[in-house]
Amino acid sequence: MKKPTDIGPNRTGIGTSPIDSKRLVEASEELTPFEGVDGEELESERVEWASAAEPVGTMPPPATLKGAAKTAVQLIKGNKPTIFLDKLGERLAFERTGTRLYEALLIKLQAGTPHAGAPTRDDLEQIRDEELRHFAIVRSAIERLGADPTAMTPCADVNGVLAMGLVQVLSDPRTTLTQCLEAMLVAELADNDGWTMLVDLADGLGFDDLTREFRVALQEEETHLARVREWITTAVEGQAGIAPTPPRPEARP
Amino acid sequence: MSLDILKEKGVPLDRQVFTWREMAGPPYSKLDDDAFTRVRVILMNGIEAEALRFGHACARMNRELQVPLARVRRVDQHQQTLVNWLNPPDQSPLETTIGFEQVAIEVTAALAQNEPDAYLAAMYRFGLLEDFDHMYRFAALLDRVEGKDANNLLQSYTDVVPGRPTAVEHRFPEHDVRRPYDRTKARPLSKLNAMLLTAAEHMTHDYYMVIGPQFADPVARMLYAEIASIEEQHVTHYESLVDPTESWLEKWVLHEAVEVWAYWSCLGQESNPRVKQIWERFLAYELGQLHLAMDTMRRLDTRDPEELVPATLPDPIKFESQRDFVRTTLTAEVDLRADRTELVPANQEPAESLRYREQLNSEGSPSEIIAAEYRYTPGTELDRAAAPMAH
Repeated sequence: MKKPTDIGPNRTGIGTSPIDSKRLVEASEELTPFEGVDGEELESERVEWASAAEPVGTMPPPATLKGAAKTAVQLIKGNKPTIFLDKLGERLAFERTGTRLYEALLIKLQAGTPHAGAPTRDDLEQIRDEELRHFAIVRSAIERLGADPTAMTPCADVNGVLAMGLVQVLSDPRTTLTQCLEAMLVAELADNDGWTMLVDLADGLGFDDLTREFRVALQEEETHLARVREWITTAVEGQAGIAPTPPRPEARP
Repeated sequence: MSLDILKEKGVPLDRQVFTWREMAGPPYSKLDDDAFTRVRVILMNGIEAEALRFGHACARMNRELQVPLARVRRVDQHQQTLVNWLNPPDQSPLETTIGFEQVAIEVTAALAQNEPDAYLAAMYRFGLLEDFDHMYRFAALLDRVEGKDANNLLQSYTDVVPGRPTAVEHRFPEHDVRRPYDRTKARPLSKLNAMLLTAAEHMTHDYYMVIGPQFADPVARMLYAEIASIEEQHVTHYESLVDPTESWLEKWVLHEAVEVWAYWSCLGQESNPRVKQIWERFLAYELGQLHLAMDTMRRLDTRDPEELVPATLPDPIKFESQRDFVRTTLTAEVDLRADRTELVPANQEPAESLRYREQLNSEGSPSEIIAAEYRYTPGTELDRAAAPMAH
């Protein structure tokens, strides 16, 4: 079976058909009476739309009386509890999608011929289970704050849009394990910063129990990131035929 | 090599079967396959969509045709699925749009040259220059919103320069209605050409109407709204060239003949061996469907369908770059406008159309905004902007 790194008939570049390409460029120069790159009109149009646009949506009202009371307490303290709940909603959605992404990665592992140093089934199942547990942690946190964990918050929605590319890469039968690990790197980088933000917010708002739970999740996420990085480095350097680069200190599992 | 469609019976309808796995089979490669493979896939999807659309309209008006049409439509549905699902998931809706416009340019240009009727050929050239401009606007959108190069899809077969500006293509509805060919006098090729282009434009319209609102960028949303409106005009333009006095059965037989001709054209030029097998299989299916339609005509009508369809198909549609023809047409005819059924110089365009588009464009023209000072550059216009930074 062909590998994407094999030389094949890729026809996308300008060099594929030198004669036709020359005519394409000539036409562009002769028949397009413009010079330079000017996006001024496009820019002002976009600014006008962006200034007037409504948001993608808003936060749901508190789900319980307890939630309403907690919201009131935070408001009295001068905090805006919806910010924390929105970010929790975002993390919840991302961990749920993350679980599915690792399930898709397990399919890639089964379907391909993993290289030396590639993740094992156990490795990926462990991360998948941790992603699922992180989902449960956030779910429980949202409930304890009196909000509805089944609601899609605005940040959850926007993150869902953001993750669509990741899902598309992971679920395509034609992508390789290494290509999918690259997608997981994007996911894990975002996840790490997401959990760091949650720890800081929980701490700042004085939710000590949540802060402790989130710190454990963050440590696990740091390990995920380090492992994904290492798997990619091993895969790409192995494919390129160069000696493996030792893991960077911060990337050590 | 010619195809004797009266002798070749193809595969009978009850043997035209599918599985879900076949219908959702592996796609072509956006990177490795020839651009004309994508062109053929997009065209044939449009032709199958028209088969369904026509089949439903016909069934609504003809009780005795409802059962045979229902049987044929079920196969058309699965054929369309199999063809449309050849589009790969790494090809974004905007990239597929570039493919749609390449179909509109290269196929229309090919048909405009084979068309024996001078009036019809002029109408195809008229539509061609408008779709040619759409390519330029969408290429600008792809570059300026996504940072991508349209030629990755076009593979240097098609130029990316302005045509008849999209902003002036908006016409008052009656100036999109043309004069039909005469069913008793027109050559079979003229009928096939007009039906094929109607199918392709209708699919383009429907595709833009589905994907337009999926874009986040406000200018992209407006541009799809604007160009979808032109595609609706183009459906009006092309469908009005078809004689409305043709009977339902006559139209059905001709639709089947278009499908046979188009699959046969695809088969002879396909470079992807797996896709080629699909064209071969569907050519045999369409021959079976054509004979069913012809048998139905013999049964229900006093007419002999052999009067309608030629024993030998016209030459295949040429799937190749029509750059020289497009440039010549651009130079000679870009300033033409429409006055009811006729084409006139720009300064004679009817006032209704001028007023109509003045109102539509009164809050800005998306096709002008997206392409302001845009010049296609290999590697995107950022390649030009970045060049001085490398030194």
